[in-house]
Amino acid sequence: MEENTVIKVKNLTKQFGAFTAVDGISFEVKKGEIFGFLGANGAGKTTAMRMLTGLSYPTAGEATIAGFDIYRDTEKIKQEIGYMSQKFSLYEDLTVGENIRFYGGIYGLSDELLETRTEAILKNLELENERKTLVASLPLGWKQKLAFSVAVLHRPQIVFLDEPTGGVDPITRRKFWELIYQSAEEGITIFVTTHYMDEAEYCDRVSIMVDGRIDALDTPAQLKVQLDAVDMDEVFLKLARKATRADG
Amino acid sequence: MNQFIIFVQKEFKHIFRDRRTLFILLGIPIVQILLFGFALTNEVKNSQLVILDSDKSETTKAIADKMIASDYFDFTGSIAEGAEMEPTFKAGKADMILVFPANFEQQLFQSNKATIQLITDASDPNLANTLVNYASAIIGDYQQEMLEGKSLPYKIETRTRMLYNPQLKGAFNFVPGVMAMVLMLICAMMTSISIVREKENGNMEVLLVSPLKPFTLIFAKSIPYLLLSILNLTSILLLSVFLLDLPIRGSIILLYAVSILFIMTALSLGLMISNVADSQMTAMFIALIGLLLPTIMLSGFMFPIENMPLPLRALSNIVPSKWYYSIIKSVMIKGLGFFSIWKESLILLGMTMFFLIISWRKFNIRLA
Repeated sequence: MEENTVIKVKNLTKQFGAFTAVDGISFEVKKGEIFGFLGANGAGKTTAMRMLTGLSYPTAGEATIAGFDIYRDTEKIKQEIGYMSQKFSLYEDLTVGENIRFYGGIYGLSDELLETRTEAILKNLELENERKTLVASLPLGWKQKLAFSVAVLHRPQIVFLDEPTGGVDPITRRKFWELIYQSAEEGITIFVTTHYMDEAEYCDRVSIMVDGRIDALDTPAQLKVQLDAVDMDEVFLKLARKATRADG
Repeated sequence: MNQFIIFVQKEFKHIFRDRRTLFILLGIPIVQILLFGFALTNEVKNSQLVILDSDKSETTKAIADKMIASDYFDFTGSIAEGAEMEPTFKAGKADMILVFPANFEQQLFQSNKATIQLITDASDPNLANTLVNYASAIIGDYQQEMLEGKSLPYKIETRTRMLYNPQLKGAFNFVPGVMAMVLMLICAMMTSISIVREKENGNMEVLLVSPLKPFTLIFAKSIPYLLLSILNLTSILLLSVFLLDLPIRGSIILLYAVSILFIMTALSLGLMISNVADSQMTAMFIALIGLLLPTIMLSGFMFPIENMPLPLRALSNIVPSKWYYSIIKSVMIKGLGFFSIWKESLILLGMTMFFLIISWRKFNIRLA
């Protein structure tokens, strides 16, 4: 394995009874890379992500996350990854500061470190005056940015984002992506699933899943050349059209 | 350990910030005790008593006084003759009329036998029945006092004693019932709702991806409700003792110990529900229908289990509240010690273990 490969997946498979949700996928992600994980609903991307984050056991295949085996070293992997779900997963009835403190505490950060990082996050998000504001009263875009900052609070090697920007406009999405770039520059690897093709353009490399398999994997520019498409939208449509599996 | 404390703090914040729910949680036991104690009671107090005394002797006066002195009857007037009875009832001025025939005292002392007539308005049969029972008991008491020190060898007397609850207080029945109900409701329902809320809001996935142990999560979730339940238990007991004059005859420590055991049972049930339910609404309905309803119907506190058909009697054995109810009655009202309730306690302990094992297995399967 190369020194700077942080995710290595080989023939990873997940079956639910007779149904093969993920059908022997293989790929590698490098340190600091922004890896887009695309696919239509039901293509298997959520299942694949659940296996990589330790929420689900694979039926077959191998994978290492930050050098740790996903079968044997699940506890070690947990310290090295961050996760943000589509529901942005902050507690609405806790304040901004309390949410940061809670998740920091769960990852075992010391009070001192927590205080420094809390201030850094608040400054970075321009939320200095909102520390004691309940999360419920923040706009959705801010909640998502805060959730992302909380997901990388413990400085994981990899952060998994499951459709992190659902329900917001392209401008707010763009601002969210500035945060992602910031983290990638700091060396955090970003593994992101999305529905939005404008976001796919922001990724370093993109994989597109169709019917449980990875049908394409390259930089957005290369994919457009390969499939003779003007934008990622067309790339996606050309590949997804081949899907035989029902939407769902 | 630090993770655990942080998690418990967070849970308390959830509870304290939701003022309305907190208010309901702490208010439920108080409202229920007041409701059962004063509104939903089958005790009859201050019924209207009218007296027709044709004898006007020392004895009749003494019996009448004793009646009036009791809580159950209020003296609302005398009438002079039988013809007045009907209009008195019709005017709603009497629930019961006590009739002493002429020469009552004379007959009592000469032949040792005299008759008092108790006439009640039986349009409400339950009320009439209850009043007759009260009156007979009071008259019986009087007779007892009169006979004290004298022996009448040929007299056959019937003596009824209402053990443990001579005044037939309803509170002896419903206080343990309310305890079972409140603990079941708060522990099982609130824990399951609070765990399911984490699932619903997507927090659960994030927590499972984090280094937090599922055990810590579940343990931290149940601690606040355990404390809240102990608080509620205390408020129920205080209300019962000081407001309803209910004695606690057994050991208070034992009472708390078995209650904590029952709280554990309820918490493990809550855990099991949270494994099955995907939304807070579902969790609430499962708790209400699956736990609260059996507690009310099958624990013996509203309806006597002895009178139920066999299938229901058998079914009542798997209702944890039934065992808790029986334990509380033994400890609190009969004043029995641990050796009389170990069997029931063991059953509760067994049920708790069973529910915990099932939940734990389901929890792991869900993750796979």
